[in-house]
Order: sequence, then C-alpha cells, then structure tokens
Amino acid sequence: MAELAAVADADLPAEDLFAAAAPGAARVWSAVWPKLGAVALVLTAWQLVVWSGWKPDYVLPGPLPVLLRLAQDLGQADFYGGVAITMRRALIGYTLALVMGTAVGLTVARVSVLRKAFGAAILGLQSMPSITWFPLAILLFQLSESAIVFVVLLGAAPAIAAGLLHGVDHVQPLLVRVGRVMGARGMHLYQYIVLPASLPSFIGGLKQGWAFAWRSLMAGELLVIVSHQPSLGVRLEFAREFSDTEQLLALMIVIFMIGIAVDSIFSVIDDRIRRRWGLHGA
Amino acid sequence: MSTPLVVSEEYAVRVERLSVAFHQRNGPHIALQGLQLELARGELLCVVGASGSGKSTLLNVLAGLERPSTGAIDVQGRVALMFQEAALLPWLTAAGNVELALRLRGVRRSDRREMAHDLLRRVHLEGFESRLAHQLSGGMKQRVALARVLAQDADILLMDEPFAALDAITRDLLHEELERLWKRSGLTILFVTHNAREAVRLGDRVLVFTRRPGRVAAEIPIGLPRPRSLDSPDVAATAGWITQRLKYEMQEVG
Repeated sequence: MAELAAVADADLPAEDLFAAAAPGAARVWSAVWPKLGAVALVLTAWQLVVWSGWKPDYVLPGPLPVLLRLAQDLGQADFYGGVAITMRRALIGYTLALVMGTAVGLTVARVSVLRKAFGAAILGLQSMPSITWFPLAILLFQLSESAIVFVVLLGAAPAIAAGLLHGVDHVQPLLVRVGRVMGARGMHLYQYIVLPASLPSFIGGLKQGWAFAWRSLMAGELLVIVSHQPSLGVRLEFAREFSDTEQLLALMIVIFMIGIAVDSIFSVIDDRIRRRWGLHGA
Repeated sequence: MSTPLVVSEEYAVRVERLSVAFHQRNGPHIALQGLQLELARGELLCVVGASGSGKSTLLNVLAGLERPSTGAIDVQGRVALMFQEAALLPWLTAAGNVELALRLRGVRRSDRREMAHDLLRRVHLEGFESRLAHQLSGGMKQRVALARVLAQDADILLMDEPFAALDAITRDLLHEELERLWKRSGLTILFVTHNAREAVRLGDRVLVFTRRPGRVAAEIPIGLPRPRSLDSPDVAATAGWITQRLKYEMQEVG
C-alpha cells in the first residue's frame, strides 16, 4: 500500500508548502510599517494645525510637548495608581459582563420561548447608548464604584450575549447533522458541536463587549467622580478644569492605547482560532 | 398468499411502501412515493437516480433524521451516515474527529486514542492523526470521514454520494479502500450516487430510481467478479445501459 500513501501526499493542500516560506522579520515589518506611517501622518497633521496658529499654544499644544508630558507621566508611580484604579473597574465590570452575558446568551439560545421573548431585546440593548444608564445607576448606587461597574456591565453584557446567540444561530447545518448522526442529542449536541462551532462569533462578541465596556467606563469616570479615586477619567476632568491641555492630550493618548492593547488581545485569539479552523483567506 | 413470507431471510433494511412529503411554500413536495426495497445483510447496494429523485431523503429517513409520511421502515441494527462533504469539525484534529464519534458511542476515555489511531490506520492516514481539517486534501478528509463513520461501529453504513466531489484518481483509490473495508467488516452498505459507473463498480445490485417522486424503476444485479475496474468494458457496458435508463426516466417526466 506504499503507493497509496504517496498519492495521498501529492494531493496535499498547497498552503503546507508555503507555510515556512515567509521569514519572520519581513512579516513583522510588513505588518508594522503601515501603522508607523499612520502615526507619523497624524503627528504631522497635528503639528501643521498647531503651526497654522488656529489656537494659541496653551490651548492646543503640539505633539512634542504632549509626548514629553506623557513620558514624564509614565515615570511617576502616581500615574500608574490612576491606571490601576481604572483597570480594576474595567476588569470587575467586564468579568461580570462576561459571566452574565454568557449565562443569558446560553439560556436564551437553548430555550426557544425565551429566545422569542428576549432575542430582539438583547440586540436592542446593544444599540442603547450606555451613558443613558448613568442617571439610573446614580440613583441606585449613588456616586460610587458600583454605579460605574453597573453601567460597564450593562454596556458589555448584551454584546457578549448577542455574539453567542449569533454563533449558535449560524452553526453550519451540516455540522449539526453530523453531530446528530453520530448520536449527539440535546446537551451533548450543544457541548460537542454547537458551542465549539459558535466560538468565533463568541470571541467577536467578547471583542465588541470590550469596546462597549471601555467606552462606558470612560463615560462613567467623567460623570461619577468618586472621592480619593484618581482614575484616568478623574485626571482627564481635572486637566480640563486646570486648562492643562498637555496633560489632557497625554491622558487621551493613554486611554486610546489601553483600548487598542486590550482589543489586540482579542484579535490575537480570534486570529489563532481562524488559523486553526483554516478560515484565513490566504 | 401469492408471496410467501420467508421468516428466516436475513435482511438488514426493509422499506415498505415508503412515502415522504414535505410541506413547502408552493405546496406539498413529494420526495418518495411508495418506495419498496430490501437490503440483505452484508450487501453493498447502490442507488442511482437523477438529482431530486429522493435518494438523500431515503438515507435521511433510514438514519432517523426525517420521518416517513406513510409506509414503514425496518432497520436491523445501528446506522451510520456519510455525506458528500467530509463535514469534519474544523476545531478538531483528524484523530479528534474520530475520537468524538467514539466518545458519543460511549467508548471509555482511556481506549479512545488508541482506537482512533487504529481506525485512521485502516483508512491509510497513519501519520496524519494530528492534522486539522484544513490541512488535509479532499481525499484525505473523506478518509477521515470514513474512519469517523467506522468509529460509530454501525451495522449499516449509509453513504450519500461520498466521493462525488473528488478527483478521478482519489475516487478510484477510495473505491478500493471501501471495497476492502466492506469485505473485511461484513458491513451492510447503501451507497447512493448519480454516477452509473461508480454504482456498477461497487454494487452487488444497482437500483435505478425514477425522477421525483422517487420509486424503484429498475433493479440490476451485478454479477461481475470483484475487484472490478471502472474502465473495464463490462462495467462500462452495464453502466451505459443504466445511464440510458436514467435518461429515459428524466425525459419521461421532464
């Protein structure tokens, strides 16, 4: 049967042959240079606006003083304390959202009556601006950590639930048939076929949920100022009150970078899954 | 009593006046009407018919995925179904796909790995156990799918055009492999195809289905010695006759 194996080999997909071809450094560079270019472009545009004299320097500083201020911030322990406060809230709120969003998503996907009752509502909640929850949150929890976490939770959970529901709805019917033919029924069908198959969509929901959580958190930190908790949002608000635009812009850069950094974690996970499943268009 | 009932007769599948209708928006759609057939235990029966002749519906009913509208089916033993698409679960390796079938059959965890590797060896995929679905060629995927249905340890294997999407050489190899596994295992196989040559190459008998609604239009016992070659003149001649019969069936209605 040696010739059998030989024929099977000749018939391998081509990607196997090219997988090792691209050298690592070149690949990293090809991914990085457009981003560096974009940063350079934005900094240049910013500098040009400053040079045009549209606003005085103390209202709109150029990129150089802002970046120097950022570097200075990054050298202070106090600054990391603020980041820690914000990130702790993000972590608590997001974890709660993850647990509740997943639980609700699973229950609603599994029970068709609940599905009919709440499916549309969950999608609707997703498009509700989370800032509109704050008045209620403040009445319920006063100006406290809980109010902020509550809104972060409500911002992120519907997206996570919706991602899971979308995944369950769009499992390839053929895979479900295969599962049933193999004898998977009820919970087993969910455990071995439906849930693993909806993983990419679930990760998409997690990513979306993070974006909503981060937005809600920043809105919350500007609205709900808890004393002795100098979070990023509080610092941003103070910078405005003191007309310290350099500080304000430096903080905005930090907020932007944190958002991107966490988002890229989800992108990496998503990318791994797509690769594993062979979903990459390459 | 014009047809005496033979009690001792060993059959694996018996289909009595089976009709299956679906309700569609533009009215009822009758896939099968008054279908009558029997599969002897250990037989390899091929069914050929044009698309829409209800072949897949028959397999779905036998596999328990659809219900008969009228009539009866009697299936003696466990059934496994293989599709035209390999339909491997993309998050599992080749071995993982086979192991899942074992797990759902209730095989103990400690035995699964060994058994999965053994099954993959039987379809000549030794060394490809840890490959993911997208890292396998079309033919290799179908081999994994074959190992996966074998893992179900069924008595009756239902195959729905399993090799239709493969190139000629790969298909030829898989015909040999299927014939070998069938001879060794004593499985009963119901093999559905639209390719008359493939049916004659593999089948003990070939049934030609009418166009929708499906019934048996002709039954051709294939007495040619095994192993048969797709290109042999005898296979070609019988297949040619079946193709004529299929064309006639298609013209009669259309």
